[in-house]
Amino acid sequence: MADFLQFAFSGLTVGAIYALVALGFTIIYNASDVVNFAQGEFVMIGGMVTVFAYAAGLPLPVAALLAVIVAVFVGLALEWLAIEPARDAPPVTLIIITIGASIFLRGLAQVVFDKQFHSLPAFSGDEPIRIGGAALLPQSFWVLGSAIVIFLALYAFFNHTLTGKAVLATAANRFAARLVGINTTFVMALSFAVSAAIGAIAGVLVTPITLTSYDVGTLLALKGFASAMLGGMGNPIGAVIGGLLVGLLEAFGAGYINSEYKDAIAFLVILGVLFVMPQGLFGRSHTERV
Amino acid sequence: MAFLKGKYGVLLAIAIIVLILPVAFPSNYYFRIATLVWISALAVIGLNLLMGYAGQVSLGHAGFFGMGAYAVAVGPTHLGIPPVASALLGAASAGLLAFVVGRPILKLRGHYLAVATLGMGILVAMVLNNEAQWTGGPDGMPVSRLVLFGFKVKGPVMWYWITAGFLFVGAWLALNLVDSPLGRALRALHDSETAARVGGIDVARHKLIVFVISAVYAAVAGSLLAFFDGLVTPNTAGFLHSIQLVTMVVLGGMGSILGSLVGAAVLVTLPQALTVFHDYEHLMLGLMMMLFMIFLRRGIVPTLRDRIAGRVQ
Repeated sequence: MADFLQFAFSGLTVGAIYALVALGFTIIYNASDVVNFAQGEFVMIGGMVTVFAYAAGLPLPVAALLAVIVAVFVGLALEWLAIEPARDAPPVTLIIITIGASIFLRGLAQVVFDKQFHSLPAFSGDEPIRIGGAALLPQSFWVLGSAIVIFLALYAFFNHTLTGKAVLATAANRFAARLVGINTTFVMALSFAVSAAIGAIAGVLVTPITLTSYDVGTLLALKGFASAMLGGMGNPIGAVIGGLLVGLLEAFGAGYINSEYKDAIAFLVILGVLFVMPQGLFGRSHTERV
Repeated sequence: MAFLKGKYGVLLAIAIIVLILPVAFPSNYYFRIATLVWISALAVIGLNLLMGYAGQVSLGHAGFFGMGAYAVAVGPTHLGIPPVASALLGAASAGLLAFVVGRPILKLRGHYLAVATLGMGILVAMVLNNEAQWTGGPDGMPVSRLVLFGFKVKGPVMWYWITAGFLFVGAWLALNLVDSPLGRALRALHDSETAARVGGIDVARHKLIVFVISAVYAAVAGSLLAFFDGLVTPNTAGFLHSIQLVTMVVLGGMGSILGSLVGAAVLVTLPQALTVFHDYEHLMLGLMMMLFMIFLRRGIVPTLRDRIAGRVQ
């Protein structure tokens, strides 16, 4: 039972991070049909900038805020300089562009920062909290709590603000949205900014637990993508559930079966789900218009 | 340039390039690079059949490439299978895996094949990384020299001709395929799957056939690389390699066999030139990928062809 709780909690913690990355994928995908493989680099930027700003003497909250601002600027630059000029390109081309952007950002981080692993002090100490025989890090609560706050904030934003509804309208039908006077260019920029901010916050939150380095983004992006697909691409709630599921399966798989193949579990699951439930868990099937 | 349009024009162009280059090569180093280009081009031609004609993207093709490469490393070393038989076995298993993964997935549209192949490629790379007693783990393992009829195949010059031969045959087969009923069916379903289905084309089956063919191309290229390098590492099956292959296809021109060669040539030689930048290598590679896709999104060969055709008129 203690083992079970331990695995469940670490699974939920990591899963919350995957869910945030998957949510970033979903927001950009809905606004622009772009699968942004540079999503993981926002997490890396969040972690790395905070680490170096903190080491330079800034207080932790200020360093974290700075990291989020940097990530938002990178997200906007990505949209303006790389996505917008290739707006009408086929999906493959856009995928290569975002992967190129992710390799570029990784290379940039390697030059600006370094190739070492870095950590941050946990927000409220390292003293584990014991529940039912399992030892839980206080930072896990920070991760889970912040993730919940972000989910609720996004939910409120999309359902109860005019700007949020404009984003949803653009996702549903860009042309129709433009006809009713929605500035879809602004919506796209906004979606990149929000995704970047979410990714960066995830990076700040998770660094005290899993460390960070210039190359953490790739695997996170791939797992976040798998999570988003698992939940059904384009469905925000599906993305969150997909992320949590992948995190839990990884933790239980590593704990009970084989820790060497921990990273494989996300991809085995996604293959399995695609075989059985082709549209993902919560996706809707599409009909092609001729 | 009109001769580049026909099937035999493309083959002639490849033959001329292959025959003329050695005259200009000052050292073995150039033969080595050219060999690497031929090998990549072979894999890219296969992938181009899938992407350019069937309109499907595979983000895990390096997985098949890696299977071919490790087949000729593991087969002779651990299982006592002769090298050439190992290569055939590698190609067969890559084709089989493509069949098994592709069958349920290719019925779907959109990004699903991309995700499924992505997952499959990463799983292959993970197995190669983790099963160290078979594969040597992250360090990789050596491949014994290929001996054919008591004759040792070695040296970049000899491999230049062998791999060029494979490239030529690969291009010839691909061109014939494109020109066959299968090729026409693929082009039809690329334009509109529904329309193709209405026209009586079994969409899923045709996609599956070309997916398996492209996997076999990649595996054969992988085996050649392993023989040539005398060493295999899990990176050959890695995500970055898959992306390089996809970029080569798009950069050269989707649906252009000659473009596959051009795309491979640019992306294989470029990193050689970039090594002078040391720490900036990744940065430059990422930047180039973005710039190529933004400014040359239709691919080098189709863009050039249109330019030249436009000037003639």
